[in-house]
Amino acid sequence: MSAKTIPMYKRPKGLTDVRTHYCAGCGHGIIHKLIAEALEELEVLDRTILIAPVGCAVLAYKYIEVDGLEAAHGRAPAVATGLKRALPDKMVISYQGDGDLLAIGTGETIHTANRGEDITIIFVNNAVYGMTGGQMAPTTLEGQKTLTSPYGRNPAEVGFPIRACELLDTLESPVYIERTSVHNPASVRKTKKAILKALKYQKEGLGYSFVEILSMCPTNLGVEPVVGADWVKDAMIPWFPLKKFRDRPEEKKEEKQAS
Amino acid sequence: MTEELIIAGFGGQGVLLTGRLLCVAAMRQGKHVSHIPSYGAEMRGGTANCSVVISDEEIASPVIERPSIVIALNGPSVAKFESRIRPGGLLIWNSSLVKMAPTRSDLVLIPLDATDLSLAEGTERGANMAAIGALLKLKPDLVPMDAVEAALDEVISARNRKHNPVNRRILHAGYEITEKINAA
Amino acid sequence: MSKTVLMKGNEALAEAAIIAGCRQYFAYPITPQNEIPAYMSRRMPEVGGTFLQAESELAAISMVLGAAAGGVRAMTSSSSPGMALKQEGISYIAGSELPCVLVNVMRGGPGLGAIAGAQGDYFQATRGGGNGDYRTIVLAPGSAQELADFTVDAFDLADQYRIPVLILADGYIGQMSEPVVLPEPTGKTFEKPWALTGAKGRSKNIIASLKLIPDNALEEHNLHLQEKYDLISENIRRIDTYHTDNAEWLIVAYGTAARIARKAVDRLRDEGVKAGLFRPLSLWPFPDRELHEIARNAGKVLTVEMSMGQLVEDVKLSVNGEVEVDLYGRAGGAVPALDDIIERINSYERENHTHVQAS
Repeated sequence: MSAKTIPMYKRPKGLTDVRTHYCAGCGHGIIHKLIAEALEELEVLDRTILIAPVGCAVLAYKYIEVDGLEAAHGRAPAVATGLKRALPDKMVISYQGDGDLLAIGTGETIHTANRGEDITIIFVNNAVYGMTGGQMAPTTLEGQKTLTSPYGRNPAEVGFPIRACELLDTLESPVYIERTSVHNPASVRKTKKAILKALKYQKEGLGYSFVEILSMCPTNLGVEPVVGADWVKDAMIPWFPLKKFRDRPEEKKEEKQAS
Repeated sequence: MTEELIIAGFGGQGVLLTGRLLCVAAMRQGKHVSHIPSYGAEMRGGTANCSVVISDEEIASPVIERPSIVIALNGPSVAKFESRIRPGGLLIWNSSLVKMAPTRSDLVLIPLDATDLSLAEGTERGANMAAIGALLKLKPDLVPMDAVEAALDEVISARNRKHNPVNRRILHAGYEITEKINAA
Repeated sequence: MSKTVLMKGNEALAEAAIIAGCRQYFAYPITPQNEIPAYMSRRMPEVGGTFLQAESELAAISMVLGAAAGGVRAMTSSSSPGMALKQEGISYIAGSELPCVLVNVMRGGPGLGAIAGAQGDYFQATRGGGNGDYRTIVLAPGSAQELADFTVDAFDLADQYRIPVLILADGYIGQMSEPVVLPEPTGKTFEKPWALTGAKGRSKNIIASLKLIPDNALEEHNLHLQEKYDLISENIRRIDTYHTDNAEWLIVAYGTAARIARKAVDRLRDEGVKAGLFRPLSLWPFPDRELHEIARNAGKVLTVEMSMGQLVEDVKLSVNGEVEVDLYGRAGGAVPALDDIIERINSYERENHTHVQAS
């Protein structure tokens, strides 16, 4: 291989050159980078608006070089809906965590998907409320100890962890639903592909796409970063299987042409 | 002149339309008008009603506590509104349908076979037109007949405008029979 | 010029929003404002706009936030309990300095209350019902015509000051049909360099209410907001007065209550009693100096409201103890009775008379 053909690893154009506020071993930084890469590859950085959630990623718009907007806790899909309806030519990304997407924003999550809004949801599932200090999330695993489940999550009291992809897969409208992970390099590459696909579909106006990304929060697990990544593999994936649930762009293209 | 009317009946008897018709006719005559329906859950089941104010002056409240005129197209409407009419007020009631006749002695009570007058023209939906005819006869200062006839084309949707010749005939039938009632 | 048409207040408002260039409307059904979404669901497709029935009030106001951030004119409407839910988004919109128009066609409360018209959301509207130090301009129409006129105006005010503007009407104003001449568009345009349209040929725009860095960022932001609110308070002073010049007894009321009060003034004047009506058309900013000026010459001020002592607080703040202020409030869908207002003013006359005789 000549030097010319070796891909150089570099900071993507869409990623702001600043130090993030994320903890060591956190997955948000990786996911931000993947989004920035995908937006650059699709040449849509200058027509994308990123909606940041309330949660650890509340400052996400500081790190990605696109217009940024803040939503109230759980309302990012509704904010995205309003913005996309107003400016249908723009790319709108709703970046959300597990508390945001599956607890306080459950209504918005389901109805936005059901309407098939032409937006992309990036759902970062790390099984805990990070920003507020480690409370139980709707995706906290059975028996998992958190600040507000000190004896471990007890499904008899608070139900089982909710699977977002499976829930949304019952709806007709979404074009693309996939669950990936960022716990190791191979998974990161798959996640990149998923994000790229989701955004490409939006660029083509095919409607609602949803990428759930299992991610690690070693800080709130109280473990080393490496252990945090292993925990995603050993504890989360068995309950949240990595899977492509839905991928039907052709159908959507036909529908689009018909209408 | 200020008249405060309540028009009441079953859903489907054109109660709201009756109110709008009077308002538009009076509005085109330069009168002040307001129209407000009873809205939401309270109009389900029982009676639908609307309150109409027609006045030479600016209208204060569209909400009518003590009406000067009530048009009651069914029995429940008589039961509900008879007691609320001001002494000396007017109650036009649909004697085709109402079993319990109103009894107050301090009102002008006008029994009108409104549904029968409508059925004579081949529809049961024109009782409201007969009642307006009666009202115009009894309250000649309220709004003239030709204004109401003109308003029909403005108020009734394009889809239903083909019924306006029938509406006009029932309107006149109500007017003419009231002449007879009065004479009697 | 448009001709006079008989229009329901809610529908006049909806058409006026379209006239004003609003093409994004999001709402959740609630009585007594249901004619607005119904109207919009018919009209928006005709004019290439968006009507979307949201899954909740929380979602509807967030959709407005999103559309407004895109730099377009957006509106939502609701009624009292629904407005309570919207407070979350209103606070965010105020903090993010986005323009939009909000409509509250008020019904009785607290809680689910009832569907008949009321004015019990005066505090919610004028004090900022959500969290934090913020204001929304509040306009108080008293007829179907004013619903239409104020709505067109509201969109301009919202854009001019980057602030939510609330149209606060009681259910009777929204439900009543009256003669209306639909307003013309104002033709005003507003540059929106802050809008999120994609960072093409410019550095990226960020719209957020979170202000963490530096430490004093949030206080600085609040000071900036207060400056803006002060400017609005200087510029927006909207009132309507009726026989106030030599009024010995001054009535203060808005909406349906003011219509009845105006009739009371007529009747009292017929009897030789010098009554007058002060009708604030903007409830925030409240026209306090104007009221003070007029009220100081009156013997007493009577506040008539379809709530149990909300407007009266602004009246008292305005006259600042210089004039006695009385309250006649009705609630739960009841409207103030004409005779009750007249009797209240006549009782002041009698008291006054007795007092003069005794001394």
